[in-house]
Amino acid sequence: MNKPLRRIAIFCGLLVLALLIRDNWLQYVQANALQENTNNRRIAIERYAKPRGDIIVDGKPITGSKKTSGSDFAYKRTYTNGEMWAPVTGYASQAFGATQLESIEDGILTGNDDRLFFRNTLDMLTGKQKQGGNVVTTLNAAAQKAAFEGLGNKKGAVAALDPKTGAILALASTPSYDPSTFAGNSVDSDTKAWAKLQKKNNPDDPMLNRALRQTYPPGSTFKVVTAAAAMEHGLYTDIDAKTDSPLPYTLPDTRTELKNEGNIPCKNATLREALRVSCNTVFGKIGADLGKDKMLETAEKFGFNSQQFVPVRSNASVFPKEMDKPQTALSSIGQFDTNATPLQMAMVASAVANDGRLMEPYMVDKLQAPSLDVIEQHEPKQMSQPLTEENAQKLQDMMKTVVQSGTGRNAQLSGATVGGKTGTAQNGINNSGNPYAWFISFAELGDGSRPVAVAVVVEDSDAARGDISGGGLAAPIARDVMKAIIDSKK
Amino acid sequence: MSSTTNAPTHHTSTIGAIGAPSRRNTELALLAFAVVIPVFAYANVGLAINDQVPAGLLGYGIGLGLLAGVGHLVVRKFAAYADPLLLPLATLLNGLGLVAIWRLDQSERLQQLAIDRFDVFSPSAPKQLLFSALGLALFVAVLIFLKDHRVLQRYTYISMAAALVLLLLPLVPGLGDNSFGAKIWIRIPGAGTIQPGEFAKIVIAIFFSGYLMVKRDALALASRRFMGLYLPRGRDLGPIITIWLVSLLILIFENDLGSSLLFFGMFVIMLYVATERTSWIVIGLLMSSAGAVGVASFASHVQARVDAWLDPFGCYADSGACEQIGQSIMSFGSGGVMGTGLGQGHSDLIGFAANSDFIFSTFGEELGLAGVMAMLLLYGLIIERGIRTSLAARDPFGKLFAVGLSGAFALQVFVVAGGVMGLIPLTGMTMPFLAAGGSSVIANWALIAILLRISDTARRPAPAPAANPDAEMTQVVRP
Repeated sequence: MNKPLRRIAIFCGLLVLALLIRDNWLQYVQANALQENTNNRRIAIERYAKPRGDIIVDGKPITGSKKTSGSDFAYKRTYTNGEMWAPVTGYASQAFGATQLESIEDGILTGNDDRLFFRNTLDMLTGKQKQGGNVVTTLNAAAQKAAFEGLGNKKGAVAALDPKTGAILALASTPSYDPSTFAGNSVDSDTKAWAKLQKKNNPDDPMLNRALRQTYPPGSTFKVVTAAAAMEHGLYTDIDAKTDSPLPYTLPDTRTELKNEGNIPCKNATLREALRVSCNTVFGKIGADLGKDKMLETAEKFGFNSQQFVPVRSNASVFPKEMDKPQTALSSIGQFDTNATPLQMAMVASAVANDGRLMEPYMVDKLQAPSLDVIEQHEPKQMSQPLTEENAQKLQDMMKTVVQSGTGRNAQLSGATVGGKTGTAQNGINNSGNPYAWFISFAELGDGSRPVAVAVVVEDSDAARGDISGGGLAAPIARDVMKAIIDSKK
Repeated sequence: MSSTTNAPTHHTSTIGAIGAPSRRNTELALLAFAVVIPVFAYANVGLAINDQVPAGLLGYGIGLGLLAGVGHLVVRKFAAYADPLLLPLATLLNGLGLVAIWRLDQSERLQQLAIDRFDVFSPSAPKQLLFSALGLALFVAVLIFLKDHRVLQRYTYISMAAALVLLLLPLVPGLGDNSFGAKIWIRIPGAGTIQPGEFAKIVIAIFFSGYLMVKRDALALASRRFMGLYLPRGRDLGPIITIWLVSLLILIFENDLGSSLLFFGMFVIMLYVATERTSWIVIGLLMSSAGAVGVASFASHVQARVDAWLDPFGCYADSGACEQIGQSIMSFGSGGVMGTGLGQGHSDLIGFAANSDFIFSTFGEELGLAGVMAMLLLYGLIIERGIRTSLAARDPFGKLFAVGLSGAFALQVFVVAGGVMGLIPLTGMTMPFLAAGGSSVIANWALIAILLRISDTARRPAPAPAANPDAEMTQVVRP
């Protein structure tokens, strides 16, 4: 009976071997995937096991942590002025997970980041509790407040940048939500608050980060891009020379007439004049003359057609890649399929303001260890140069004219020269939706520095279909944001 | 089966037979480790959870030490030549199981769960310590009263009847307790629940050994050769078909995939060893796959387990079975290579049955890959020592009995550990020695005692030949 016994011994050995192999598969090969499995409650338990690190604006935390009881979670997230800062922070909820900055920098905030490993090991040896680090943002509290209050109870968004570095100074979106209302995991309060904010229950979609994630037709503000393309590709070099622009202008290959808003002096208008009064005919023809490839090249240099990571993801703005001549003309005045996020249009204004150099937008200045040592410091990086310094300065000049004597007078500021561009975009089938009022601008101080570029979009039924509404609704918000930034620099 | 290894090397009148070393001192040294390791683990859990050495540490250490000491003394006295590894291995696993059960007793989540479900939480560790003591008492009793395992041959058919009764008891109305899905418990008023299947495992091994020892020649020789296989005669298929049907009955009526697989697997192993005919393995595999496929396509609870095994995260939100296995797998994964350390994991998220069926997941999370591999090797050692005992045994009954018990033990470990690790569908059995549950720990101690008894008989040197009075008389006295 010994031969089969030996075989049984081998068989039993194989059973144990199979278990060993399976265990290696689970605990070594698959370990990370299982640890990060969305069903793994340990992630949330760990995230709230200790006070979470904070998100800092202007040296002050805009987040906090509160001890809770009666659940798996020791602490819950709190937010100071949560509604105003929600587009910056995202949320961290015991029940509903985390998004945006709270999720992207989760490693630092919980203290689990690999870069904190040495410190954590040291803390473990000395018996100190593990702590989370801080995320220091580039935002400017005064500008954020101006943007949020300026938008008020209208639907819209604001993005403001420092043109020199790409630092995001304001990032507002309305209607907004207060992430503290569902930061816990109580079925009675948190789950209800969460449900109320969902798009299916709330058509206003308050949890949408409009400044980064919503694309709108940019309307006339896109003419700044078209003007840059005209100069960059040598179509027109002198902004004060007459352009070859007939009025009325028929879209190429069609019998459709492209109309201006009202009776404005657009026949053979100079670039400066055409931008001042916002001539559809002039810029439409520039687009058609340049052709889609050249327009696309310039638009993409400004950041169109690519996502931005600031580090929160921003949706890609769209400049269509496939279109015929009349469509190119329409796209060049911000219609047809052209779509842009508020961040994208702020990048356009900032590239012009920074003498043609587009800086990568970012909102995390540095990451701090619990001891406040800097773990990572953002270095400003140039993303592209959509236009030469000379052309940029010409465009600055043109935009200043718009604010001085054109559609953007509402953005005028004492103590600074403002350059800007208004826009109104129609929305919906047969323009049935609320139009969007746009304004993009930059401010120049007496010393020649341009510390801020801003884009504002307001979606409102009050916005008349005239170009003036961009100046009427959006420009004052842009002005207040710029003023807040200039004042805080003093 | 030669006894040359045990034979005295030479005879003189003054020195008796020199046998294999008894290895009792090796066993004692190993036992010291088997007691000290769990004591350290216990302290470790206390420090991790409450920041202090648990108050019961001394009591626990003394308790475990006493169990081990008594076990050792009884083995020294009544089974001096028994295998030296089995007792320390069982003690170590039992000790670690107690630590894990105590650790899960400290979980607020499980306490809350018990209160929600039963209105009251009662810690399992003290009960388990009591059961371990009972288990050791049975161990001692077996070693003292079972002087020779061959005595059990006499009870072959009584064992069969007893095993059937034990297996069917949970189906008796009023006795059965199926509050947890499977009908494998009986409730004895005032004494809690008993899982008779755990005891049936041993009793049925007695029946199989006795029966196969008698019938092995008929089963092995009376066969026709067909396609390289020796096919048994139709009437010889009777026993295997009977066992197969009983297994299927257990599966269908008691809802217990594990026991069913265990009994049938054990029978096939023993049949193969008894007859040395590979054809039995083939027939056994065919029959178990047919049974498994047949039942799986009719019984919904088996289907649910198979679905949960195939893709636990696909149905995680909808099915309790999926969530349970998903939680268990995540528990293992979250432990990683080194584990979180005792007391610092979240295996209590598994919830219900965390300290019984799923106790291995706690080790997975808190001791990591390293710890689990070590524990699997401990089980592997028990199994291989058991088969080694079978190899060394000199009588066919002992051989079959030992391999039956070891094979059943191996299948149980594989089915439980494989189930909680998602290697095979979950079956709902308990990890020997680790899991909370009186029947399991008591029955397994008895199993170890029987293996010790068989190995003692196998390794005990043959008694010295009676001194030949003639030789004495004619011995030449050297000048």
